[in-house]
Amino acid sequence: MFDLVSFIPRAVVQSIPLLYGATGETLTEKSGNLNLGIPGIMYVGGICGVIGAFLYEQSAGGQLDPLLAVAIPMTASLAGSALMGLLYCFLTVTLRANQNVTGLAMTTFGVGFGNFFGGSLIKLTGSEVPSIALSATSACFSAKLPFADSLGWFGKIFLSYGFLAYLAIFLALVTAYVLRHTRTGLHLRAVGENPATADAAGINITRYKYTATVIGSMIAGLGGLYYVMDYASGVWSNDAFGDRGWLAIALVIFTSWRPNVGIPAAILFGGLYILYLFVPTGMNLSVKELYKMLPYLVTIVVLVITSMRDKRENQPPASLGQAYFREDR
Amino acid sequence: MTKPRTNPLFHISKRKEITLRESASIRAGAILLALAACALVTTALTGENPIAVYGTMWHGAFGTTRKIWILLQNMALLLCVSLAVTPAFKMRFWNIGAEGQTLMGGLATAACMILLGDKLPNPVLIPLMFVLSCAAGAVWGGIPAVCKAKWGTNETLFTLMMNYVATQLVAYFVIVWEVPKGAGKIGIINQSTEAGWLPQLAGQKYLLNVLIVAVLTGLMYIYLSRSKQGYEIAVVGESERTARYVGIKVEKVIVRTMLLSGALCGLAGFLLVAGTDHTITTTIAGGRGFTAVMVSWLAGFNPLNMVLTSFLLVLLDRGAAEISTDFGLNHAFGDILTGIILFFIIGSEFFARYEIRFRKSAGKEG
Repeated sequence: MFDLVSFIPRAVVQSIPLLYGATGETLTEKSGNLNLGIPGIMYVGGICGVIGAFLYEQSAGGQLDPLLAVAIPMTASLAGSALMGLLYCFLTVTLRANQNVTGLAMTTFGVGFGNFFGGSLIKLTGSEVPSIALSATSACFSAKLPFADSLGWFGKIFLSYGFLAYLAIFLALVTAYVLRHTRTGLHLRAVGENPATADAAGINITRYKYTATVIGSMIAGLGGLYYVMDYASGVWSNDAFGDRGWLAIALVIFTSWRPNVGIPAAILFGGLYILYLFVPTGMNLSVKELYKMLPYLVTIVVLVITSMRDKRENQPPASLGQAYFREDR
Repeated sequence: MTKPRTNPLFHISKRKEITLRESASIRAGAILLALAACALVTTALTGENPIAVYGTMWHGAFGTTRKIWILLQNMALLLCVSLAVTPAFKMRFWNIGAEGQTLMGGLATAACMILLGDKLPNPVLIPLMFVLSCAAGAVWGGIPAVCKAKWGTNETLFTLMMNYVATQLVAYFVIVWEVPKGAGKIGIINQSTEAGWLPQLAGQKYLLNVLIVAVLTGLMYIYLSRSKQGYEIAVVGESERTARYVGIKVEKVIVRTMLLSGALCGLAGFLLVAGTDHTITTTIAGGRGFTAVMVSWLAGFNPLNMVLTSFLLVLLDRGAAEISTDFGLNHAFGDILTGIILFFIIGSEFFARYEIRFRKSAGKEG
């Protein structure tokens, strides 16, 4: 029997990093920047949070102030991913470098950065703990409403998550609203669709691209933070985050650049991601591997179908992946 | 908005042409700066003096004959994947699915070795492996190409997704073929019979791979710069409209080029599995599909320059690996150094393509 009450919460916790990544990437892509560095940025966001929490736990020595325990890793994480976003913008917007190459280089760097500090933090700080297990900080991040447990299946499905999960949904809704219903969003979409026209209309292309990409990176970085602090209970292990960053990019396509659609879609992806754990395959482990293909296959199908139907509103931003140089026109 | 506009301090314009010396000195400058930055980072993290660090890197790359061979082997494989993606890139078809295409080639090779290893003699088996691995890579690259040609499906995202489908497919077959059952890996295939193993030339395990890729580099250079098809690729890359106007069938060129690109990735998979590793894992491509994008782009899509750029990246990787073992750091240190160097080179491209002219005195020009 398929246990829905235990399946949904697990799908949701899987979906949160994807949702953060996808919201951030959607915002970035709407400005015409195809940031393939998102997987790396999510690693950086995660590890910067870990570094912040680790240093704080070491200096506080057992007595954690819950507010600081959340604020310090979060600030560190946001700062780290913002720097990555700035670097991406500097290279692609100011120096007009190729976006694919820059993004891939950032992913190489970011994943390396995460794994390096994850593996060497203890040695570098000369502390005497066997592994990075930030359970105290993690407890602050994953704190739930006190009465959630007493509400049965309702509490389990809707209230059993840490605050970052709700923040992800909130940010997705806000991003969707900003993109569709505000002047800023309109300008941003104009920049992504046709920068030359937007430029002629007096929109500052560079500023929009920078702002959107840096904010997008910060949102994506929170996905890494959520993963390590809440989902993984504060235990960093190298490469554990895996290919979730790429899956987040897949999600952007899947939702055809709509962050609000991203919320159910992320949960669907999260569900597909762990479906193999719930499918009774008996002793045949190999089939489970095929189930893990599902999110990618679904994305490919959606990508092909949207391009076949060729509906305007489902297409990628027209200038996605291209640098803008005013004098090129 | 009411603020009076001041004249900008400098003016950026596209260069018409750049002399070889200028472009070489810009790139060399970037690499030197990057090395200095890497030295700073390494010193900050290890506390060693930077010259000693570079000594260690050098030793890691060239220290022993064995190390030099490993360097050459890694370089050959990276170069092979880079050559594979280049025709597609020249056409502005962003094939970032080289990882998956390589994996599929490797998978086809491994399948032949496992299923036919004791049925066919090597002279029949190896050519069959070669053909099938190229075909598998070509199919994997061809699917996104057909969709791109027919419906304009975004190829960057499509090829990216295909990587993970390939990874899971390999994961599936690894469990199907695992030895022993439950091990979760295949191990060395045909260890005792060496069926399907590429022969060793002159007692050197890696020599054949290196030679094949060297020949391939020359062929690719000729194909891209001297052949009609290579010219068509360049025209489609420059402007699809021009290509249509002069009567080039763009759809055909896209599909044909991606079949070639995928097939060469498949070849890389074949060399990996049959030539060196003799096994298959989900990580056997080792990120080369992504690194190849950078190798190819840094070389300006010129196969001969790619020898240099792939050498540089592999050198860094091997050197950084030595640093991390020597100083007890995590192996991912190499990725950080590679990242830093790439950022510098990517940034330097700007100065090769654009000219910055400073205004002599503000307000003089009108």
